[in-house]
Amino acid sequence: MSDNAVIMPRRKFLTGAALGGGAMLLSGCDVLTESPGFRSVLRSGEALNKTAQRLISDRAALAPEFSAGDISPVFKANGSISGATPEYAAHVADKFAQWRLQIDGMVQRPLSLSLAQLTTMPSREQITRHDCVEGWSAIGKWRGTPLGMLLRQAGLSTKARFIVFHCADSFGVDPYYESIDLIDAFHPQTILAWGMNGAILPVQHGAPLRLRVERQLGYKQAKYVMRIEATDSLAKFYGGKGGYWEDQVDYDWYAGI
Amino acid sequence: MDSINLKPGDVIKRHRLSTRIWHWTNALALVVMLMSGLMIFNAHPRLYWGQYGANDDAAWLVIDDAKDTGFVEVAGVRLNTTGVLGVWTDAEGTLRKRAFPYWATIPSGYDLQAARRWHLTFAWVLSLALLFYMGRSFWNGHVRRDLHIRKAEWSPRHIWNDIKDHARLRFPTGDAAKNYNILQKISYIGVIFILLPLMIFTGLTMSPAMNAAWPWLLDIFGGRQSARSLHFISSFALVAFFVVHIAMVLLAGPVNEVRSIITRRYRLPGKAETDQGEPA
Repeated sequence: MSDNAVIMPRRKFLTGAALGGGAMLLSGCDVLTESPGFRSVLRSGEALNKTAQRLISDRAALAPEFSAGDISPVFKANGSISGATPEYAAHVADKFAQWRLQIDGMVQRPLSLSLAQLTTMPSREQITRHDCVEGWSAIGKWRGTPLGMLLRQAGLSTKARFIVFHCADSFGVDPYYESIDLIDAFHPQTILAWGMNGAILPVQHGAPLRLRVERQLGYKQAKYVMRIEATDSLAKFYGGKGGYWEDQVDYDWYAGI
Repeated sequence: MDSINLKPGDVIKRHRLSTRIWHWTNALALVVMLMSGLMIFNAHPRLYWGQYGANDDAAWLVIDDAKDTGFVEVAGVRLNTTGVLGVWTDAEGTLRKRAFPYWATIPSGYDLQAARRWHLTFAWVLSLALLFYMGRSFWNGHVRRDLHIRKAEWSPRHIWNDIKDHARLRFPTGDAAKNYNILQKISYIGVIFILLPLMIFTGLTMSPAMNAAWPWLLDIFGGRQSARSLHFISSFALVAFFVVHIAMVLLAGPVNEVRSIITRRYRLPGKAETDQGEPA
């Protein structure tokens, strides 16, 4: 037996091992990412994060609010920058005069509210930070109707567990939608914003109504809200994961982190 | 083993079980955290200071592309990094315009949700392992006995001598190799008690729900975007530690060093007095 055949210079071995190990690690991670079993392991992080964050925070713990001097000079308009339906275009044309917000589903008294009604109700103003899942942040001043107040007016059924927001925008597949649980729905900072930075909410930021659910990431802040539906299950909506991006690309439904 | 003077070639028991388990758990978690973190960074390859920051705001670090040229821009100074950062070719030979290249990220292609799942799940592995190891190390005396820096070691002359020894690749032998030297202690303490906690807390500061639960996080780090910048900087401090750590292992005798962090058995380096026979 020849020794030369088995002896490999240490440096060559180490370089080879490092490169081979790196390549194996890489392709291995991609394989794991695609494997259903490992995906469910990775998904466990979402439940863990939600449980832990809910455990350490008060239900009504407020997201930090900032002063007027902290407002971003330019608030980045991201995602869709207008509604996609002909009805939405018509509403923009007549400045939402005929537009109505529907609140229905598991409620005792479905509501249909005009923008004028919403803007004359008690409202809340808050200067908060908007955090995109991509990593950027923008601070803006929002004025809107507390969602909890509207849900109390509508008389939420005791069976209702989630609030679903149906929107007028679309990325070409299903219409945009989002959902939150009742802890966030009744949170004092959860508002349906119709004003931004001292003006009426502009179209690119979701006119006439945009959800602000301040303890979660940007994709939960549904724009162009047309209808609010109380439900006991998210399974019956579109892909069943509770939101457009949740269905399309598997973003976390709980976006507190 | 403390009473007798050990010689080069003697085999001692070095790393406790808790140290060995944590070392490898942490190594795995750190690699996953770094590579999935770089993928997340690719979603918005700009860093800012302060509470907010987006495309129209001034960034102190940008990795981007302009006309097929990849570049890194730090504080206004632009470096051409085509081929590695900003613009690079993937494993199939396709030109990609993303900040960090496929070989540095998990997953290797652009996939924000998958990278976030890796990152936010392995964050638990990293944090719980660190918490357990910190507790264990205080409890079993690892901190007091092995990491604690003695008064004499703080003397500038002692530190300077150790720096000179490292620079000359003159590593301790025999009895002196039994304990961590001052530079090792400083870097291990720095990693365990400063850098890793900094990574965890700057990471938590980026979470909007954590900001509501623990608003003081924002006060400590000066805002979400500052925390994101510090998270990035600390991660590269850990990469720097990793590079030096690996270099030292290779220079000090990789087989013996790696064996000791797997099996606990560590042969004291230096010229063994082989004519005296095998050490008992």
